[in-house]
Parts: sequence; structure tokens; C-alpha cells
Amino acid sequence: MEIDRPLPNPMTPEAKPFWDGLREQKLMLPKCQACGHVFWYPRVACPKCHTRGIGWIQASGRGTLHAFEVGYQAFNKAFKVEPPYVLAMIELAEGPRMLSNLINVEADPRTLKCDMPVEVVFSKLTDEVTLPLFQPAGR
Amino acid sequence: MANLRDLSNVACIVGVDESDEMGTLPHKSQLSLHVEAVTNAVRDAGLKISDIDGIFTAGQHSPATIGEALGVMPRYVDGTTVGGCSFIIMVGHAVAALHHGLCDVAVISHGESGRSQVGVSPRRDTAIPGQFEAPFGFGPAPTMFGLITTRHMHRYGTTLEQWAQVAVSTRQWAALNPKALRREPITVADVLKARPVVWPFTVLNICLVTDAGGAVVLTRADRAKDCAKKPVYVRGLGEGAEHVSLTQMKDLTFSEATRISGEKAFRMAGVGPGDFQHIMLYDAFTSGPPIMLESLGLAKGLSYTHSGMYGIFPIIEATRQLRGECNQRQVPNVKLSLVNGMGGMLSAAGTLVLSNER
Ligand SMILES: [Zn+2]
Repeated sequence: MEIDRPLPNPMTPEAKPFWDGLREQKLMLPKCQACGHVFWYPRVACPKCHTRGIGWIQASGRGTLHAFEVGYQAFNKAFKVEPPYVLAMIELAEGPRMLSNLINVEADPRTLKCDMPVEVVFSKLTDEVTLPLFQPAGR
Repeated sequence: MANLRDLSNVACIVGVDESDEMGTLPHKSQLSLHVEAVTNAVRDAGLKISDIDGIFTAGQHSPATIGEALGVMPRYVDGTTVGGCSFIIMVGHAVAALHHGLCDVAVISHGESGRSQVGVSPRRDTAIPGQFEAPFGFGPAPTMFGLITTRHMHRYGTTLEQWAQVAVSTRQWAALNPKALRREPITVADVLKARPVVWPFTVLNICLVTDAGGAVVLTRADRAKDCAKKPVYVRGLGEGAEHVSLTQMKDLTFSEATRISGEKAFRMAGVGPGDFQHIMLYDAFTSGPPIMLESLGLAKGLSYTHSGMYGIFPIIEATRQLRGECNQRQVPNVKLSLVNGMGGMLSAAGTLVLSNER
């Protein structure tokens, strides 16, 4: 399949467990070993207690649609997903929020609702890159 | 013991101006917009370019580049770049530098070939947007500000019509300004029917991208008396920065950076949100001003709220209002003006309390 979107660039060393996990259909999140804070995005120190010991957990893949937009055009050249498409901020059940797309849904602002339950879908782009996309829960 | 109030009224805005032209300027580089604005603002102050010894600028060019282009060797430089409000924040930095004698004449310069992209270097993706945002189609500001807006609609029941009204009001104000790029009146229906870009925005909800420069000159209050025009005192100042990536914003519908910035500026100036005759809000999206007003603790429905483009311009406009130079758009009896601007996606904020009285 032709790659219809820009590949993540750069893929930073701090995020390696995240990208490695996605290749095995796992959504991995950084978790502070001192205070237990689960956060996004990956970094070397905990943004809550500022200590250095960071581990990783496998997230449930469940969350809610915290906020969304419907794109009627592409906003960067390499993005070739056919509009309209849904740009989404997902609030994961573990707490952190990440940006993604809501798929397998009609891209219609009248039917999309903030806080609707969603679940992760793994979308393989290349041998190296699998992206976490989301769809309405229980599809 | 450091006391914030020691900085109140110690320095003044003595010169303001824009580049020779604004709008669509394919015949002018970004650096030229800086140089035009600075030379015009210095002339407005009744000073000479050689008087400048502090250079402040945000964006792609460093203060050293601006100094070199002007033929000035500064002894104080500041390149704080935290979005469109950087220029508002720099007024505060300039006040502190002037107060301590780190420089005597400070110029804050803005130049942006935003529309024609002449003499502009390509934007670089940093690790976060390139890695975690671009693959999903996120990019320019509309793709972020829409998230703030849909969350606000969900939480407070705000409507597309209300956001459209902000665009209509902004345009009504712009119609009074001969330098505004778009001056023809629009209606709420026009905004809603315009080409959809990214829901909830149509093309009329989104900031105009222009080519423009602007500059502000400051000096200490004692020296300001010798300048060409009535000085505008910087009575209060504040700044704040909450996040860069929108996923890190605590509450999408409230700007912590604006709250922190506004509280500091009000406390320093010894004023409250209700004391202003004139308010300038810098925004790029229709949902910006209402969220800024709520975060500043200001009631909604202010009669003199309007929008500027890019953080230097509300400073220029507020200064002209306080000088009484605004002709048909002059607000009567302005003594105290509030300038508040945001950077990025409500990420950073700068606030100024300006007055024509000490
Ligand atoms: Zn921690």
C-alpha cells in the first residue's frame, strides 16, 4: 500500500520503546518509577516529580475523544489521506493525551462527540513504523 | 528584596511605527520589513538609529542580524521567541534592561514575510511535532486551534455563530483602520458559509497572513521627556508560558499562561480588570479572544475589544490610542490601556498595562 502520510521524523531515542511496541501491536507509555505518573510524550525525566527513572507500561488502548476537528484539506504536503478526515486528541484511560486520527467513522461534525469512547487501531505504514490510530469503541 | 513595583513607570514607549507598506509585498524581504519598521519608529521617537543600543526581536532573525542590517552594534540583545506575544513580553524585558542601565534606547523589531515568504528560511520540525503530530495530519495553527475550540463548544455550549461573531466584530474594527488588509464588512452568515478549512473553522475564522513589519522604541522615563511625542508609561507587565504541545495543556479551554501573565501585570500596575478604557487582544483565531478574556478574569462583552495581527501591532495601536492619534477609531478619554497577547496555541502570554499618565 502506498504511504498516505508523513513518517514520524525524527524518531528520537527517548521514544524507541513506543515505536518498538507499536510494531508488536502494543501501545506503550512512559511511567515514572518514583511517583507512578504515566505521561506523554516520552522524555528522560518525569514531568511531575522530575526524577530520572522512567519505565514503560502497555496501555489498555482505550480512551475518549477529548477534542476533534474535521480536515477538509491536507495541511502538509505528504499527508494524502482523502478528506474529510478526523483530527483527534485522545485522552487515554491511563491519563495522558495524544494526537491521532479517528478512523472507521463518518467524518461528520454532527455525529462526532467529545468524550465518546474510542479504542486503538494499529496501522502499519512501513516495516519500521506502525501508527496508533483510534476508532469508536466496540466496533 | 526585589519588588516588582520598582519597575512600574520607569520606562516609556517613545516611538512606534510599521513598515512603509503592509499587505502583500513580494518585492520586499523579511529583513527589509524589520529595517523599515525600526527606522520609522526611531523617527517617530525623534531619535537617531545610532542612539539604539538595545535590540530585541523574535522569529527567524536574531537581534544580531537586525543590528548588522541597521548598522548598529548593540550592547544588549534579546531574542526571546515564544510565539506572537514575544514582542509584548520583550517590552517587559526592555523595561528591566533600561532600568538597570544595561541599555539606554531599546528597539523591539518585528518583520515577517508571512504571505510572500521572501527571505524566509523553511520551518524546521522539532522532535515533537515531526514525530507525534505531523503523521496524523497536524501542522499549522488552525489544526491545533480547532481542538481548543471544539472542546470549548463541548464544555460551555459555545456555538459556531458565536465564534463567527468574533470575526465579524474584528472586521468591523478593521474597517476603521486604513492599514488593515481586509476592510469590507462581513456577516455571521458569511463566516459560516465560507469555504470550510478544518471544522469548526471556515476560511473567515482564521488569521490573515500578511507581510508586515513593526517596531517599538523605549527609553527611561527621564530621557523620554526629550523625545518627539508624549511618552506612554509601562505601568505593569507580565509574561507566562504553559506548554508548547497542545497535549500538554492542562485545560484546553483556559489559558494558564494568560492568567499568570495578567495577574502579575495587574498587581504591578495596581489596577484591576475593570480599570481599562481600551483593551487590545492579539489573536489569530476567533476562539482566542473569549478564552483570553476569561483567563484574565475580565467580564465578557467589552465594548472596546478588538483584535490585532501579530504581537507588535497591539503595542503600536495602544500607544497611538494613548497619544490620541487614532482619528475615527480613537477611543475617547483613554488613560489606561491593556495589551494582552498569546503565543502558539495559548501556550505563552504577555500582558502590558500602559498609561499616558505617570
Ligand atoms: Zn514522577
